[in-house]
Amino acid sequence: MENSLYISPSPHIHGGDSISKNMYGVLIALVPAFLVSLYFFGLGALIVTATSVVACVLFEYLIQKFLMKKEPTICDGSAALTGVLLAFNLPSNLPIWIILIGALAAIGIGKMSFGGLGNNIFNPALVGRVFLLISFPAQMTTWPLVDALNAFPMTYTDAETGATVLSLMNEGALTQLPSYTDMFLGCKGGSLGEVSAIALLLGFAFMLWKKIITWHIPVAVIVTVFVFTGIMHLVNPAQYASPLIHILSGGLLLGAIFMATDYVTSPMTKNGMLIYGVGIGLLTSIIRLFGSYPEGMSFAILIMNALTPLINTYVKPNHFGGK
Amino acid sequence: MLNPIILEGSKMEKLKSTLPNMLLSLTVICIVASAVLASVNQLTAGPIAASKAASLEAAVKEVVPEFDNKPTEEAYMAATSDGDSLKIYPAKKDGELVGVAVESSTQKGFSGEIKVVVGFDVEGKLLNYSVQQHSETPGLGSKMQEWFRTDKNNQSVIGRTLTADGLKVTKDGGDVDAITAATISSRAFLDAINRAYSAYKSADMISAATSNNNEKGGNDHE
Amino acid sequence: MNNNLIKVFLNGLIKENPTFVLLLGMCPTLGTTSSALNGMSMGLATMFVLICSNAAISALKNLIPDMVRIPCFIVVIATFVTVVQMAMEAYVPALYASLGLFIPLIVVNCIVLGRAEAFAAKNSVISSAFDGLGIGLGFTLGLTCLGAVRELLGTGKLFGLTLMPDSYGSLVFVLAPGGFIALGYLIAIVNKMKK
Repeated sequence: MENSLYISPSPHIHGGDSISKNMYGVLIALVPAFLVSLYFFGLGALIVTATSVVACVLFEYLIQKFLMKKEPTICDGSAALTGVLLAFNLPSNLPIWIILIGALAAIGIGKMSFGGLGNNIFNPALVGRVFLLISFPAQMTTWPLVDALNAFPMTYTDAETGATVLSLMNEGALTQLPSYTDMFLGCKGGSLGEVSAIALLLGFAFMLWKKIITWHIPVAVIVTVFVFTGIMHLVNPAQYASPLIHILSGGLLLGAIFMATDYVTSPMTKNGMLIYGVGIGLLTSIIRLFGSYPEGMSFAILIMNALTPLINTYVKPNHFGGK
Repeated sequence: MLNPIILEGSKMEKLKSTLPNMLLSLTVICIVASAVLASVNQLTAGPIAASKAASLEAAVKEVVPEFDNKPTEEAYMAATSDGDSLKIYPAKKDGELVGVAVESSTQKGFSGEIKVVVGFDVEGKLLNYSVQQHSETPGLGSKMQEWFRTDKNNQSVIGRTLTADGLKVTKDGGDVDAITAATISSRAFLDAINRAYSAYKSADMISAATSNNNEKGGNDHE
Repeated sequence: MNNNLIKVFLNGLIKENPTFVLLLGMCPTLGTTSSALNGMSMGLATMFVLICSNAAISALKNLIPDMVRIPCFIVVIATFVTVVQMAMEAYVPALYASLGLFIPLIVVNCIVLGRAEAFAAKNSVISSAFDGLGIGLGFTLGLTCLGAVRELLGTGKLFGLTLMPDSYGSLVFVLAPGGFIALGYLIAIVNKMKK
């Protein structure tokens, strides 16, 4: 009754957007990638994703209720999205207790320590992933083998493990790389959600259509990586793989489309987004080509997350009517 | 100049910042400091040298059979096949060679130098090894101290008789299982082992020659 | 007088705890606390230097002209640090190897020079020594707590005793990033308790 009439400053027209609407939009966009991972990794993909989502939501609820003592907001879908993105960055044979630690790191350290949604500096899912990558390097870098003939494997902790495209490149085994078609469809070793380029691009198209994100960040990342690794490939084709392989391998597409575009941790203006995207692309290429880790996407996004406030300070939109 | 002020006792005044005062106090403090350090250095120089020798000796002891000579005092250099030379510690029991420890190193590590002491018996069988220094990634490459002695699949290098080709990880066509997710560190470790073996091989010939000479010399004296 | 000394001592240990309150000496705090024992040894070494340098500087304070006091303090501090370093290398070589570079770096630890400048240069020898003891113990306490948390979470051990299997340790806590994270949460807990 008391809320039925209220006076507020303009604007009075609301676009109908809300946090939960956008979050669920992103979740829908992730469905194709999830289906592909289910096809290639089977039961493991399901267990890892379910554990991660449930754990993230639960930790968020517990921390908000008992540590921060305020009304839990788990229904906005942001914790669930963090859970899905975290799972997509993990190998499908990861033990459950490691996933729980990852979820606690993502929600506890990455999000709630800063004050919850909107206050976090770093993408929570990536905080969780990097935390696990540094903590459990052996488990985090042994991926189950993908076998297209033996689709929908029902095993969870698969004994047989294989290298990813990027770890092959890092070790200089350029000749053992899978074919472009396999890489495009997702028949390659890797984390859950990153294997299929086509599924991720479908999600990208959906989010563009629904206006959940703009094209700036993903395109800036991909073009930068393409140009940088392309130049290196032209200089020395024997040592550096072709740019297309770089685009299709590892977590590049997953990161560029779903992780780098996180509202809270990316710049606000279009120009800022382009700077941010180019930064991620450059850092990723440098870590991949010259660093000791085979994949640099998550580190690159976290570093650029940290620079986002700086970008926001220097790249400001014009005042309406200003020049 | 200092004396009157000190003698005033209860009501001490701070020295004024004049040039002679500053020079004097700094000089005196530095002289006292160096005297203290010199005497402490004298006290600790012996124990420091002893503890260094003890840690090397412990490493040698770990990798070769029981001996009764002083390998650290009989150490000599031996050339490796790649033109470098490594230090060799012969272990003898009752005057007879029972094994040698080779202090080997490699620059091919994931991050920085790896130093390993490797023990061989007289037939060239790898007895044991001890990683002395490394800066490999904790949890991955750092497992080498345990990994290559664990008797599981083809992990262990202990008890293997090396050949001139050296040991290789399975990925490179060899028969040693690399540490999970740390192929580069494993390669570097095996490189250090192979270098040790090549030094051992070249030393083997020298020592065979010299020990013959010694025996002859000994006989002559008798 | 006695009351005063206890006050000076507790001030360093709790109220102005160098690790959790003053946030001084962060380099050894993060660099040497990969295990509880390392943290404690570093803290004790620093405490020794603090007590000795505080006492020495307090005794010499009237003989040191103001304009050259910083070089004089540094010479005194560096002397004690070098004594500690040589003694450790001689009698506890394993500990010396694991603390490595951080022992000589006690010289530039801002706590030591800070206490010399802020306390020892103005107070009597005995209360300066007590201040060194309090601050030194506070530093040791901070480093031991941080080291214990990092060792337990990182390797499942505490002071070398295995409390849970090694494979359950989160390696990140042994490495630098985990040091920052653990320190942040410890400071948060201390702040919460102080309220």
